[in-house]
Amino acid sequence: MSAAEALAPAPPAARPRSRAWRRFRRHRLALFGAAAIVVMVIAAAAGPWLIPFDPLHIDLRHRFQPPAGGGHLFGTDQLGRDLLIRLLMAGRISLTIGFAAMTVSTAFGTVVGITAGYYGGALRIALMRFVDAVLCFPQIFLLLVLAAFIQPSIATLTLIIGATSWMEVARVVEGQVRSLRERDFILAAETLGASGRYVMFRELLPNAIGPIIVAATLTVARAILMEAYVSFLGYGIQPPMASWGNMLNNAQEYLASAPWLAIFPGAAITLAVASFNFVGDGLRDALDARLDLH
Amino acid sequence: MANFLLGRLVQSLVLLFIVSVIGFAVLHLAPGGPLAQFALTPGISHAELARMAHQMGLDQPLPVQYWAWLRRLLGGDWGHSYRDNQPVLAVILGRLPATLELMATAIVIAVLTGVWIGVMGAIRRYSIFDMLATIGAMIALSIPTFWFGLIVIYIFSVNLGWLPPGNRSTIGGGGGILDYLHHLIAPAIVLALVEVAVWSRYMRASMLDVINQDFIRTAHAKGLPARTVLWHHAMRNALLPMIALAGVEMPTLLGGALVTETVFTWPGMGRLLLDSLGYRDYPVVMGILMVSALLALLGNLAADLLAAVADPRIRLR
Repeated sequence: MSAAEALAPAPPAARPRSRAWRRFRRHRLALFGAAAIVVMVIAAAAGPWLIPFDPLHIDLRHRFQPPAGGGHLFGTDQLGRDLLIRLLMAGRISLTIGFAAMTVSTAFGTVVGITAGYYGGALRIALMRFVDAVLCFPQIFLLLVLAAFIQPSIATLTLIIGATSWMEVARVVEGQVRSLRERDFILAAETLGASGRYVMFRELLPNAIGPIIVAATLTVARAILMEAYVSFLGYGIQPPMASWGNMLNNAQEYLASAPWLAIFPGAAITLAVASFNFVGDGLRDALDARLDLH
Repeated sequence: MANFLLGRLVQSLVLLFIVSVIGFAVLHLAPGGPLAQFALTPGISHAELARMAHQMGLDQPLPVQYWAWLRRLLGGDWGHSYRDNQPVLAVILGRLPATLELMATAIVIAVLTGVWIGVMGAIRRYSIFDMLATIGAMIALSIPTFWFGLIVIYIFSVNLGWLPPGNRSTIGGGGGILDYLHHLIAPAIVLALVEVAVWSRYMRASMLDVINQDFIRTAHAKGLPARTVLWHHAMRNALLPMIALAGVEMPTLLGGALVTETVFTWPGMGRLLLDSLGYRDYPVVMGILMVSALLALLGNLAADLLAAVADPRIRLR
């Protein structure tokens, strides 16, 4: 350190937000993931307008066109439908369900976690034991059982995926709130006569927001994956509507003759899920100074 | 120690109680409820359905019904399949071995490779290997199991012809242990992929925790060979937290088994669940939910016990 630097006044401490952004930018995979998500969202939203095919148009004379054959960039499926436009339309559905289910499960998990963490005692034990019990079941089992009871649609699938994936968020929030609860600023708020609801949502929630954002991002990844599983197994989005999962429904039959039918939708799922996982990982590094696994 | 065990046992029983309430709810909230199979009978009258509901105790208050149901469940009477009237427990137990075999093979593969990758990543932190392992694990966690299964079938069955594309043994073949193993390889590897990723991540973190501790520095300072320090001193301590992971991962593994079984037409419990859902065979569905939760509870309990035995520092909480 030179003398001049040593004598210069200390720079103002970086604000937490810009520090978090700097850390996030350093995480190259997270940047890649964020870029991939933006590209996928734009492609799914605007792409179908640019492609001169109808996702439901059946053209039996041009079925099983290999990729780049006959003007179809990604080829055609067993009914002669353009695969690229179906992938993009499916992307709309899969991404929508991913985001929407994340909203449902994050909201519910946060309320459960904050209630359990703030009130403690018997309520905490009851709520967290319930969380433990639900976590004993494989998520896909619960999801399939619920899906078999309902009429599958985007809205119902969103609800049941949300209903089976809020437990992690609840655990994270409960842990955060339980430790924050003992801090002086909560005591101060309570001494000033703040209501329980005020303390929970105005004091505790903003201070627990970092881990919630991380968990929410990872939940999007998980929700996209779960939608794919359920639709692949035949209980999710129903044909002729396309989702990345149900596009793989019949792909196994044509694995030998038309492998591209299996390869593209699976690659799309993997790219989407991996992107959200990368971003979640980057956010964890950026927002949580203590948890540094890398 | 006794207190610790007792506490864990009580906890498990409480969880089992909640789990049984969820199972009961599934059977009774399902469209048609336990009577679903009879309601579809052509020409059945409302009076007849009501009489059956009375016979089965469905007109009783729910807590009474739950108690009766629980007593039958504990007595081993899990009801009968709507599809072929077989006892539910026998149907499930007939399918369980295939699933357990698949899961056990996958977990062995996952632990061996995951632990190795994790240790290598920890001792060569930030090396090319470590970076590739990190990225690889994140991608492995993002690949849908069924898609990975399809890719494995495409490469190794369709193109190379090395592995059979499904089933537990050659149909109509003489069988034999080699035939079974041959059929086991692909589904076990597909199921193991996610677990390899999980185990390698946790192992790396656990190993990093241990090798920065004082007793490892002491061991190095004493002049012990690096290999001994790593595989004896560090490894034993780094593996301890991993025992709990085996219990925690049980539901994930079981969920993965369902998907793997579907792709590889493996005759296990996961496929039974899918088939039963197709037939609205609620007693079997409920039975499978109960068995899967039971497996998770037993897994956690076994992991706790094992951890307490392996690590004398673990005391009653």
